[in-house]
Amino acid sequence: MAATQLRDRVAGHTAARRGPFWTIPRRDALVGYLLISPQLAGSVLFVLLPLALVGWYSLQEWNVLAGTFDFVGGANYAKLLADPKMGEVLTSTTLFSIGLVVLNLALALLLAILLNQKLAGTTFFRTLFFSPVLVSLVAWTIVWQFLLQGDGGINGLLGAVGVDGPNWLRGDATALLSVVVVQVIKNVGLNMVLFLAALQGVPRQLYEAAELDGANAWVRFLRITVPLISPTILLTSIITVVGSLQVFAQIAVLTQGGPGMSTTVLVYYLYQQAFQFRHFGYGATLSVLLFLIVAALTLVQWRMRRKWVFHES
Amino acid sequence: MSRRVKLSLYGLLCVLCVPFVFPTWWMVTSSVKPINEIFAFPPTLVPDRWDLTSYSRVFELQPFAQQYWNSLYIAAVVTVGTMAVAAMAGYAFARIRFPGQNVLFVVVLVGLLIPSEVTIVPLFQMFHDFGMSDTHWPLILVPIFGAPSVLATFIMRQFFITLPGELEEAARVDGLGRFGTFYRVALPLARPALGAVAIFTFLHSWNLYLEPIVYLSTPANFTLPQALTQFVDAYGGPMWNVQLAAATMTALPILVVFVLAQRQFIEGLAHTGLKG
Repeated sequence: MAATQLRDRVAGHTAARRGPFWTIPRRDALVGYLLISPQLAGSVLFVLLPLALVGWYSLQEWNVLAGTFDFVGGANYAKLLADPKMGEVLTSTTLFSIGLVVLNLALALLLAILLNQKLAGTTFFRTLFFSPVLVSLVAWTIVWQFLLQGDGGINGLLGAVGVDGPNWLRGDATALLSVVVVQVIKNVGLNMVLFLAALQGVPRQLYEAAELDGANAWVRFLRITVPLISPTILLTSIITVVGSLQVFAQIAVLTQGGPGMSTTVLVYYLYQQAFQFRHFGYGATLSVLLFLIVAALTLVQWRMRRKWVFHES
Repeated sequence: MSRRVKLSLYGLLCVLCVPFVFPTWWMVTSSVKPINEIFAFPPTLVPDRWDLTSYSRVFELQPFAQQYWNSLYIAAVVTVGTMAVAAMAGYAFARIRFPGQNVLFVVVLVGLLIPSEVTIVPLFQMFHDFGMSDTHWPLILVPIFGAPSVLATFIMRQFFITLPGELEEAARVDGLGRFGTFYRVALPLARPALGAVAIFTFLHSWNLYLEPIVYLSTPANFTLPQALTQFVDAYGGPMWNVQLAAATMTALPILVVFVLAQRQFIEGLAHTGLKG
């Protein structure tokens, strides 16, 4: 009798302690897993798996006749190190990226500062500067291809002021410069808008106080504006650096990597090797290189953040 | 600000905006010029004589209507799909506590660091093995679930983090479940962030170039950016008037829609988590 009672009580007690399995936190967690599952599955299938495969394919080469991959070990990496074109490709990539990032960030900041003045009609100008972002990329590039021809619109304008313009897309240096400028004008509006939002977040009192202390415009810019918008400068520079390494359509349409190798940046070379020459293994090796470059640059910029990015809190 | 400073600022703005505005203007006006006027110098800012033959040539030389539809429906599906995937994942990462959350978030964030060009070779092989070469599946599935949607998920998460939690708590006290709270309370409040994500995603899909030329080989399957480069004469030289007509049809409708909606767009862009 006493024993049964005790057993019942113990059973009841444990039952009470166990409670229903689907507690609110558990149900919440289940909903959480369900909500992230499409993104998570996609990341595994379309990001992580291909990333692992890129490493695997870089150890193989596509056999065109058999239509299979043959294991070649480190041969593709040896080929990469010995590739006589690699020097030119990396030079073009570096020049292109530096030119693009410097010109893009400087122009974006200049435009943002101009639009941040107390002027009527800045919204209108903002729309104009932003509009190329919304124009289809290949359409934009085709128009510039026409304008940059030897007898195109740019040289027409230059001729009107007595300057004999070069054939922009046919000279080594001018071709690279042209692609950079076309790309900067296309996309600088994005960074401009981000800078503008950051500038509007800088408290006006700071400038007024500095002005009372006798700081001139340049000092105010360097000592107040730059530190306060530095988080945005970091963000835009990361986006722009990574973006500069991805430029493909403009080069494919404007110059096809030429003249010579002068505009063959890494992504374009990768495309040629993998999809024009069907060297999928070597293409994968170039992908590994591209990945390492992007990862290294992002890491360096993220590290630099501690040194010069100003934190409000 | 003095009058002179103001005037010189306006002057500077006007000069600076020429390279931003002129190409688009020139594209649209030249597309309705006869071919000899396109090359006229000095260039005519408005066409002397209207000539719409290049527009009809576009449809004769390529299955352009089909290609237009391809781009449009792919971009629409990708946009809606990305909004759904990103809103759900962004909400869960911002608001719901579950074991392994931080690790899973880092796993997803890897996609932000990887340019899609890095994974194009294995993805091409994968879709080839699935029997999906020369179909639109890679152009739909990868953007919705893969690396491009991670940025959208990140934006949505940043937005939900800044959203005050009181409304959701009140809804839960009233007995609404976790999913109901997300769908009925949080999601309607996320309209600005969703708008920014939608426009971003649409433009990204609309402009995609490397992926279509890698995956697609039949002209009827082409998307617009790919189709635009196909208008060449027998010697491989571009047929300018036809190209410009096709380019105008590709660019102008989108441009007009976005310029009309630009206030929401630009402000959404600047204030949804991308702000430093």
